[in-house]
Amino acid sequence: MLAYAIRRLGLSVLILIVVMTAMYGMVFLVPGDPASLALGPRATPELKEALRERMGLDQPILTQILYFFGNVLQGDLGIDVWSKRPVLEQILEVFPNTLILGVVALGWALVMGILLGCAAVVWRDSWADRLLGVLSVSVISVPSFVVAIYALIVFAVWLNWLPAIGAGEAGDLGSQIRALILPAFAVGIGWVGYLARLIRASMLEVMEAPHIRTARAFGMRERDIVFRHALRVAIVPTISILAVGFGSILSSAVFVESVFSRPGIGTLITGAVEKRNYPVVMGTVLFMTGFYLLVVTAADLLIARLDPRVRDVLRG
Amino acid sequence: MSSAADASAPARRGIGRALLADPMGLAGLVLVTIFLLMALLAPWIAPYDPIALDVKAKFQPPSAAHWAGTDHLGRDLLSRIIWGARLALGIAITSVGIAGAIGLVLGLIAGYGPRWLDSILVLVFDSMSSLPMIFFALAVITVLGPGTTTLIIVIVLVSFPAYARLIRTQTLALSGADYILAEKAMGAGTGRIIFRHLLPNVVGPLVILICMDIPVVIMLEAGLSYLNLGVKPPSPSWGNILSEGYNALRQAPHVVIVAGIPLVLATLGFTFLGEGLRDVLDPRGAGRRWG
Amino acid sequence: MSVLSVEDLSVSYRIPGGRLRAVRDVSLSVGRGEVLGIMGESGCGKSTLAAAMIGLLPAGASVDGGVIRLNGADMLRLPVDEQRRLRGQSVAMVFQDPMTAFNPVLTIGRQLADFIGAHDAARHNRADIAAMLEKVGIPDPARCLGRYPHELSGGMRQRVAIAAALLMQPDVLIADEPTTALDVTMEAQIIHLLRDLRTSFDGAIVIVTHHLGVIAELCDRVAVMYAGEVVEEAAVDALFHDPRHPYTRALLSCDPAVVQPGIGHLPTIGGRIPDLSALPPGCAFAARCAMTDATCASPVPRHRAAGRSVLCHRSKA
Repeated sequence: MLAYAIRRLGLSVLILIVVMTAMYGMVFLVPGDPASLALGPRATPELKEALRERMGLDQPILTQILYFFGNVLQGDLGIDVWSKRPVLEQILEVFPNTLILGVVALGWALVMGILLGCAAVVWRDSWADRLLGVLSVSVISVPSFVVAIYALIVFAVWLNWLPAIGAGEAGDLGSQIRALILPAFAVGIGWVGYLARLIRASMLEVMEAPHIRTARAFGMRERDIVFRHALRVAIVPTISILAVGFGSILSSAVFVESVFSRPGIGTLITGAVEKRNYPVVMGTVLFMTGFYLLVVTAADLLIARLDPRVRDVLRG
Repeated sequence: MSSAADASAPARRGIGRALLADPMGLAGLVLVTIFLLMALLAPWIAPYDPIALDVKAKFQPPSAAHWAGTDHLGRDLLSRIIWGARLALGIAITSVGIAGAIGLVLGLIAGYGPRWLDSILVLVFDSMSSLPMIFFALAVITVLGPGTTTLIIVIVLVSFPAYARLIRTQTLALSGADYILAEKAMGAGTGRIIFRHLLPNVVGPLVILICMDIPVVIMLEAGLSYLNLGVKPPSPSWGNILSEGYNALRQAPHVVIVAGIPLVLATLGFTFLGEGLRDVLDPRGAGRRWG
Repeated sequence: MSVLSVEDLSVSYRIPGGRLRAVRDVSLSVGRGEVLGIMGESGCGKSTLAAAMIGLLPAGASVDGGVIRLNGADMLRLPVDEQRRLRGQSVAMVFQDPMTAFNPVLTIGRQLADFIGAHDAARHNRADIAAMLEKVGIPDPARCLGRYPHELSGGMRQRVAIAAALLMQPDVLIADEPTTALDVTMEAQIIHLLRDLRTSFDGAIVIVTHHLGVIAELCDRVAVMYAGEVVEEAAVDALFHDPRHPYTRALLSCDPAVVQPGIGHLPTIGGRIPDLSALPPGCAFAARCAMTDATCASPVPRHRAAGRSVLCHRSKA
């Protein structure tokens, strides 16, 4: 078990190193060096040289990469060349906003998804099931930032029920919750459909399994069979999808944060991309990828706990 | 592991008819056809020049002259949306086409080539697809600078690993199949096996996956353009229209409302079509409508 | 007095363009302390019959006519919840494949407790369950309860399945191909276990199998099914020593255990089972039978004599 977790994490870290190195390499492959790109065409050579030095671009590439990872290991993601603030500090400042958005979005999607998925199983092959099916596919395919913009027009501009921008006042939980509602709705809605679909398919498959017939043959109530026996089996594949899905939730969050001008990882990185603020972009990519790999690994471990068959494969 | 490929062969005859019989697939087909026609015929059907300014007529609500109204520079929104379809589909089809070709080649190499090469390629595919796509895309845009070419490169980079993985799995499953082993035993060359047996069977599932991916790609293009990190203005990308409309949200909400509609309909259309195709080509999913 | 009786039962499956008649006018009964075998090839309708007996027909199957009586009560016409209550409590089932019969993510103990809890939570505690496991030959039963199904061997799982059924103290125990999925040694052990059970279990037992050895070892009476019908029913000894129906004779001559040494090949029955969705009006076996004549195309009479019945124009009971 432990060996497996370590192997998995090792592979993940390797992936991360490969990606960061590739990114570093890309910066050097592209014509025009980052310092002149960042400063624009009117910069003086001295200014460029100074910035190059500050960014460490005068060192050989290998040295830079090693230096970068050395710093990362010490929890130093570099310094923002513009604001001169440490990148990690900026990330940690806004990360909670994004995390809350992602967790709340996934949370409501999970609750609704399980409910609708089970409802579709109970009403299988009826018109309600079909309607849920079409609705699920629809909400999955509609881009979250379009949902966000429409929701913003209706609920913030026309009805004026909820705030249009920001993440709420610091220290005012009520305003923070109100500011969270629309973004979380927009980020999560696609996942409601996706999870409903997933749970339904998974449940239908499980309900055909011989062990469900056994439970019926022993006279268990259908309700108990669905919730005590079938859901336990059906939820397992959903968890791994959910972890991978956290990545796409974060993607949606990037766009949705921008729609609502909500401070977060998304607004941080898109602003940095526009200004070609390399340290911030690389730091954020590294941080978020690391965080994502952590979530996926945690999900693997959770699955191993929930499914004794996997547990044994891992142990053996 | 049974593959969608071997099941699809007998069903192929009635694809068209089966798709027409399925309301969702039919809706998808109609929507996709409309958008394809819009894209192909944009120069002829667009009532105005999509980038011609007419500042005097800015922010006009929908009217007989401008069915969808005008934007902050007085440009006709309907024309911009029609040309936007050309842009969106052009970028989507170009990029998934390239990604599909790369995925096909790498997937075949991984599935049919030596084992050591397979393990290396799988590690590459996995490491690429184990990244949260959006951050990877933003990193590439930072390096290359925003623009249409960058957008296509980004989309190719984020999509091909999934295609390659699919092709690899299919190839592995097929090359263990009895009839291919028999061909090999009879001395068939690698080329013959790949072109006569593997390719025709792996293309079907790839097409389904690509069709299901197009809405994601359209969304990515519009989203990045919305963030000013994709197609550069004044090109009439749906994302650009949204972004420009967003800046005048309270003054002229019709811009944003109108610009969102094609985005919603196009993604719905391709998704429905993809679902319909999968149901038709992959009978295992039949009856499990949205499984 | 029979505990379970089936009267003129017909079951069919809905298929594209018609109905597949899996069970046709079957009448059977089994009494307390009696072991009834239901024998036939795959596709003869024996598993569908077993499923109907416990009220768990698969999707697409429906009862077209007939009655199933459990302790005199008309099972098919009971409210759904009453039927459910009878399942497990009055009639319990042991399934063919012990590999998939248990929920993979719940411990054995939890599942057995859930089964019992569906009827009467107070009736059994953990010690009772452990005692029953010990009775069916499971070493260290307390530990077994904490294990997951995949941690047990196929034979052990089938023992657990039998223990689960017995814990319910049913009036009827139905075993659907209880040994088919097991290897030869396991099979012998389970047969042994079921034979021991006959002495301690006072309910009726129905064993569904295609395996002649299982029938010979365990059953008192046997019904031979062909194409959805019971073609012959008799006491085991009578059937094995003096089969009357041509199909029974053919079936017995195919058993590798009774084939004369030195004939160099295994006999088979020529031809195949008729299409159950388009049955001929007369005898379903006629096309494969060596004795067929013109009369066989007309509806077949059932001959009855003391303790046996035969469905044939050409043979008498």
